[in-house]
Amino acid sequence: MTTALADSWVIARRGLVHMRRLPEALVDATIQPIMFVLLFAYVFGGAIHPPGGGSYKEFLMGGIFAQTLTFGIFGVALALANDRKNGAIDRFHSLPISRAAVLAGHALANLMRSMLPIGLMSIAGLIVGWRIHSSVGNAVAAYALMIGFVFALIWIGVLLASLVRTPEAVQGVAFIFIFPLTFVASTFVPTQSLPSVLRTIAEWNPITSVANALRHLFGNPGGTLPDHGPWSLQHPVAYSVLWIAGILLVCAPLAVGAYQRSIRS
Amino acid sequence: MASSHAIEAVGLTKRYGTKTALDRFDLDVARGSVCALLGPNGAGKTTAVRLLTTLAEPNEGTGTVAGHDIRTDPVGVRRSIGLAAQDATVDDLLTGRENLVMIGELHHLGRKPSRSRAGELLDRFSLTDAADVLVRDYSGGMRRRLDLAATLVADPEVLFLDEPTTGLDPRGRNELWDVLDGLVSGGSTILLTTQYLEEADRLADDIVVIDHGRQIARGDARSLKRQLGGDQLHVVCAQDSDVDRVAQILQEVAGVAPTVDRAARSATVTTEGGAGAVAVLAGRLDSAGVAVEDLGLRQPTLDDVFLSLTGAPPVDEEPEEEAA
Repeated sequence: MTTALADSWVIARRGLVHMRRLPEALVDATIQPIMFVLLFAYVFGGAIHPPGGGSYKEFLMGGIFAQTLTFGIFGVALALANDRKNGAIDRFHSLPISRAAVLAGHALANLMRSMLPIGLMSIAGLIVGWRIHSSVGNAVAAYALMIGFVFALIWIGVLLASLVRTPEAVQGVAFIFIFPLTFVASTFVPTQSLPSVLRTIAEWNPITSVANALRHLFGNPGGTLPDHGPWSLQHPVAYSVLWIAGILLVCAPLAVGAYQRSIRS
Repeated sequence: MASSHAIEAVGLTKRYGTKTALDRFDLDVARGSVCALLGPNGAGKTTAVRLLTTLAEPNEGTGTVAGHDIRTDPVGVRRSIGLAAQDATVDDLLTGRENLVMIGELHHLGRKPSRSRAGELLDRFSLTDAADVLVRDYSGGMRRRLDLAATLVADPEVLFLDEPTTGLDPRGRNELWDVLDGLVSGGSTILLTTQYLEEADRLADDIVVIDHGRQIARGDARSLKRQLGGDQLHVVCAQDSDVDRVAQILQEVAGVAPTVDRAARSATVTTEGGAGAVAVLAGRLDSAGVAVEDLGLRQPTLDDVFLSLTGAPPVDEEPEEEAA
């Protein structure tokens, strides 16, 4: 057990060194969220009015946090797909280490990687005028929710990498499925403004739920819980936690299984 | 379990979908010896290595490596082996030293011993100057040397080298052969795969020729060549019109009909006469007044071995893919 942890840490450290030495692979975790904060705050800021009033810049932050963390799926998926492509997975598996260590190492490195966008977005938000209006306890809960969400998404990334296998295919899935999914949500606009089918999808989309939960916990515009409407909108924190638990219970074992099958052939 | 064999395999079979990559493959490699698996792309060489290094599970058959069963004791196998896979799987974004230290730590040598072991190996493979350079800036030959160094970190009993010189230029290949000579004289047991008879000849005690997942011949280089009837006399004429005369002279010297390639203006015949045959042939051609572009004694190539063993030249099949 101790050696399995030590092995995971060796592989996690390697992942962190990779990130430092290939900064262009960090664009989605650094420049992109900052750019989105600035673009949406200043380009759309005047045109969109959050439900219940308040500043759009403050409404925006919960959405951009949720979207950027969702893109984190690709950090781990790409790292695994690249390791498979260049043979690193084979080399690791020819060594006398626990096979779980490779996955655990990647998961750990990507969990640590996600601290970067969370920190940078918070700073960018504070600069454009976002503030936390709630209690310290709620703010801590908001950041804990983000970390839990990232941890769950990492296993979706592992599953994705085991199913599609090549870095190119990972990029393809990113663009075709995940990118739109982050927009059919309350990320940038309130769900009320969406047409019927999209609106229903958005209302039950976990990205909406995480965005609204963060708005609620930070005391930002759009965070007031409605008295009627779908259960997911009335209880965004509980609904987000359910998603996180569901992904961990269902996706994580599937992901580990798919990964094991993909390497033992 | 004491065995005189470092590697033993009986009836190893691996199927990917409908394709049988390895078909009831038997192998035994004595301790301290070097065995070459020789065959074209897709013959099953890499599959055999993947099964024996526990990267894949056989559908049928059994095997032991350094006394550990590949099916029931894969961790024991992994503790005893070093694997250099086909594409030099060293980490581009780490330095040479970091690569070796990481492998040492994953072999549970501890951080300090890993560092000193890395230093030793970098020195031994003439990589000390490049030790702290990122591997992405290494030449192909340097990557291969680092890859070999990485397989040696834990001082393994058995080394698996999958096409160790593929993709290297002739100079890089020669350098790597020198390195491998050193390993061989150090007494390691080595299983290497190659597409080149010359390489198998140079490095291995024992050559296993493999095609369509099956062993089709086995022996040292001399006995394989003896099956072919020796070296080859090869003549390239300066003029098209001389090819027939040269072919006739070759037949007289060697006693058998040569293979003629008119497009290349060349004629080739197998001989056991060695250098003497070259001298006789040169004299005959000179007195016949034939202008010759090239004349010499060639070792048979893998193509020739295959031609003689199977009656057909080797066919490169699809590279061995992992099953979906």
